[in-house]
Amino acid sequence: MNLDHSILTLILLAPLVGAGVLALIPERAGNKIHAIGALIVTLVTLGLTLHLPWHFNYAAARGSFQFDQNCPWIASPAIRYHLGVDGLSMWLVVLAGFLAPIGVLASWNAVKERTKLFYTLFLLQQVAMLGIFLALDLFLYYGFWELSLVPMTLLIATFGRTENRRKAAIKFFLYAFIPSAILLVAMLWLYARTGTFDLPTLQALAAQHAISTNHTALWLCSLAFLAAFAVKVPIFPLHGWLSDAVQEAPTAAVMVLAGKLGLYSILRFSFGIFPEQSRHIAPWLIALGAIGIAYGALLALIQTDLKKLAAFSTLSHVSFIVLGIFTFTTMGIDGGVYQILNESLVGAALFVLLGLLYERYGTYDIRDYGGLATKHPWMVTMFVITTLAAVGLPMLNGFVGEFLILSGAMQSVFSYHIFWTVVGTTGVIFGAAYMLWMIQRIFYGKLGLRSEEVKGWDLCAREHVELWPLAILFLVMGLASPVWMQAIDSYGAAAANRPVAVEAVNIEPASSEPHNNLTLPCAQKTPCNQAGAFVDPSLAAAAVNKPAPPVNKGAQY
Amino acid sequence: MPTNLLTLLPEIILTVTGVLVMLAEPMIAPGKSRKPLGWLAILGTLASGLAAFYQLQLVNASGPISGFYATIQVDAFSVFFHLLISSIVLVTLLASLDYFEGPVSHAGEYFALACFGATGMMFMTCSVELLMVFIGLEISSISTYILAGFRKGQATASESSLKYFLLGSFATAFFLYGIALCFGATGSTSIGAIAASLGTTATPALALLAIAMVVIGLGFKVSAAPFHVWTPDVYQGAPAPVVGMMSTAPKAAAFAVLLRFLFNAAPMYRNHWIVLIEILAVLSMTIGNLGALMQRDVKRLLAYSSIAHAGYLLVAFTSIQQDAVAAACFYTAAYAAMNVGAFLVITQLSGYDEQARTIDDFTGMALKRPGLSALLGFFLLSLIGIPFTGGFFGKFYAFSGAIHNGHVVLAIIGLANSGVACFYYLRLLAALYARPVREDATLLSPRKLAIPAGIAIAASAVATLALGIMPNHVLNLVQRATPETLPAFSVAPAVSTLPPAAPTEMTR
Repeated sequence: MNLDHSILTLILLAPLVGAGVLALIPERAGNKIHAIGALIVTLVTLGLTLHLPWHFNYAAARGSFQFDQNCPWIASPAIRYHLGVDGLSMWLVVLAGFLAPIGVLASWNAVKERTKLFYTLFLLQQVAMLGIFLALDLFLYYGFWELSLVPMTLLIATFGRTENRRKAAIKFFLYAFIPSAILLVAMLWLYARTGTFDLPTLQALAAQHAISTNHTALWLCSLAFLAAFAVKVPIFPLHGWLSDAVQEAPTAAVMVLAGKLGLYSILRFSFGIFPEQSRHIAPWLIALGAIGIAYGALLALIQTDLKKLAAFSTLSHVSFIVLGIFTFTTMGIDGGVYQILNESLVGAALFVLLGLLYERYGTYDIRDYGGLATKHPWMVTMFVITTLAAVGLPMLNGFVGEFLILSGAMQSVFSYHIFWTVVGTTGVIFGAAYMLWMIQRIFYGKLGLRSEEVKGWDLCAREHVELWPLAILFLVMGLASPVWMQAIDSYGAAAANRPVAVEAVNIEPASSEPHNNLTLPCAQKTPCNQAGAFVDPSLAAAAVNKPAPPVNKGAQY
Repeated sequence: MPTNLLTLLPEIILTVTGVLVMLAEPMIAPGKSRKPLGWLAILGTLASGLAAFYQLQLVNASGPISGFYATIQVDAFSVFFHLLISSIVLVTLLASLDYFEGPVSHAGEYFALACFGATGMMFMTCSVELLMVFIGLEISSISTYILAGFRKGQATASESSLKYFLLGSFATAFFLYGIALCFGATGSTSIGAIAASLGTTATPALALLAIAMVVIGLGFKVSAAPFHVWTPDVYQGAPAPVVGMMSTAPKAAAFAVLLRFLFNAAPMYRNHWIVLIEILAVLSMTIGNLGALMQRDVKRLLAYSSIAHAGYLLVAFTSIQQDAVAAACFYTAAYAAMNVGAFLVITQLSGYDEQARTIDDFTGMALKRPGLSALLGFFLLSLIGIPFTGGFFGKFYAFSGAIHNGHVVLAIIGLANSGVACFYYLRLLAALYARPVREDATLLSPRKLAIPAGIAIAASAVATLALGIMPNHVLNLVQRATPETLPAFSVAPAVSTLPPAAPTEMTR
């Protein structure tokens, strides 16, 4: 039996069936059966997702989808059950599979009552996330996108830490749902124009400029897409929900709260369906990304609440990725996608560690801690490794991503001014500052108020099992990044110069003077049909089989 | 079977059932359980549903059947609504079997009135003669007026009933006035004849006024803003299972009449009435959602939400006929499934004496009644319009039809509104799953869920889910319903059967 034709459905079904079964098992106090069940289900899912990199065809054509499953579901409107992965989503699926068992282990003791509800919702969240990464039908995708809100909202509302939980849950839901409603209008408009929800078809149409000739409508449509995703990321001015939600959500939920879903959606749908509009708006997003990096880092610097600190550091990190992907260079996009993986892993480790501290000392207030290094040598080791990965120490994974992103930003023809790259780079410095300062305040110095009076204990076996895989991955991903890059690059290269394939013919007569194309950034006002003007000249030249003109890409500044 | 009898078969079965229940009621000794009457009513409703299904087979085989001098027309459209109404009433009856158990029981009347009400609603959907529609409207309205006040001895119940009666009579007066003006303008009250002569009428102003009056009258019935003021008070005072029924079945019937009237009788004035419908839709959505934001009482909250849903449904009317009928029918079905379900669960959660009323009373309910709370959560998610539920596809078809026909602004207003709407649904949902505000808030010892009520709730949940996962089956039915609603007018609207001279003479 060849698994390749059904593996994606199996990946979706495993947690779904698991959630159904767990919901039927009655709950008894002090009973770990739901946690054990959830662990088994998530491990099985992880095993299934590992099938993907194993059998992924790295030599396949760029931008093609593998493990394709495509069958009709609803006739009118034409909705298909269409799943598939490419270089972009493959590792994200594995990532989602990998984080789930860690999430279960992190909740092992943290969630004591209503475990049935918790693990059922957790697995449903897992289904929605995997569905988002796998769906290639716009409509199916939208279903999972909305579905991802519900378990998360309930997790926050039910298992929140303080009395503020209901407000935080509703805030989270509204922030995400209202733009999604507008996204639905945009999708319906697309459907009205093209008669299809199928992503590959829409991409092909977009490449031929065949979706609509109404530029205003296309613009509004692309903005609707972008806004819905930007909230979920969150991109700088739309981050209002993040800190509340992070503060309230239990560790397992916080690990999947921000970042990857929104960023993936931008890469897949905004870039896929609106390649031109995305390039036109890129300078703005680069600016917002840079602002987000600095803003998040500065706010993180002054927090005294550990969860808030982690929330703003998340904002800073995802803004880094935004900066990377909107450079529209192969390096920037590759680095961005790689950094999505890193950010999720580092964020997961950080939140798990904070959760461990909270389990022991019952507070997130940084001022209550201090001098823990002597009490918990293992924990401090893990904290330091995570911190170093987060701040981008060479040889650890964060370095690879940040390096690629910043090099991409330097090369990009879209970054409005080198100023933004510089602002972005400060994030690295601030990042090191607040993370290391946090370590210093928690683990070194005198014993704090709380850390003195509570006994506490070092990592137990289960906690070792949670953290070691993450720590090893930080190192492996820092040293052997090509393993991951191989697949990611097949997407990144295609996304960075997608319009070239179409525009190459058009710009051939003009390619003798590609420098004109660099008289940029009047970006928004340029008519949309000149997409070729925004293509990296070397890439454009490569596409028409000519040697690249000797342009120093940084020199324009 | 004679054709005439056949066309009204479901209605006749229900009427006979109602009469039998009334006759049998005095034979049961006072203080004894009235449940057998309930079962009789349930059997009758089931039989009428089967009769409607039988009609569907006939219609499938040989096209629409008309009877009683072409005042009644059985087509896929009417059969769809017959099936819908009979299922709503069936589910409501099942759920209220135990509701009216008590020392002073009027359950017999209740079961009979439900049957009569259903008869009236069904009658509305299959009449193609406005006066017959009016009779159906009256039958259904009078039954629901009484049902609204069924929690006897409570001030809110009397208020509910009286308010419903007064404002409802007002509405029927408007409707009747519209019919009269329509007759003035066209010389007929038959839908086919009106359509034929509207094009040649010498008094278009009168015709417009007539259309506006009919829309207003039906607007009251579907509680579209600005004719919605009765809704919150009536829903608050009426017994919860009755609210479930009367927020869906009479509305479905009124929407059916509106569809038939606007698309069959007055397609020529589409450009005019579409403005009216747009205004009603925007007002209903906005007022409904904003009003619901401030409610603490769960039934009032759902009352405002039902106003908003009437608005979403009206958005469907702005499409071209084919889409509009399909979308509106689908939405009616989806809305019926989820709203009836929500009210049935609320009936169970708040207790038959309706102790739990406000959102605070429902806080932490998931700890005590996890299954029912999860179902209420599911219905609320469907009302929000989360994918894989019936509510989602209802909104989807309505708004995509509007976008197809260029009403993008309307769709954006609608979807922004559904964003606002999720705020109050979520407040209730989050409350269900939050920890109780007061630990001593042990409202009632969890009452065991009666089997019939359980079946009813499960049926609503399955229907809501099925409409969200496999909407094709229902969609096929409603799409087939479309062309038959307008037998000839889409092709040749010109042939006039009645001399349009009469009104012109009058105006001279």
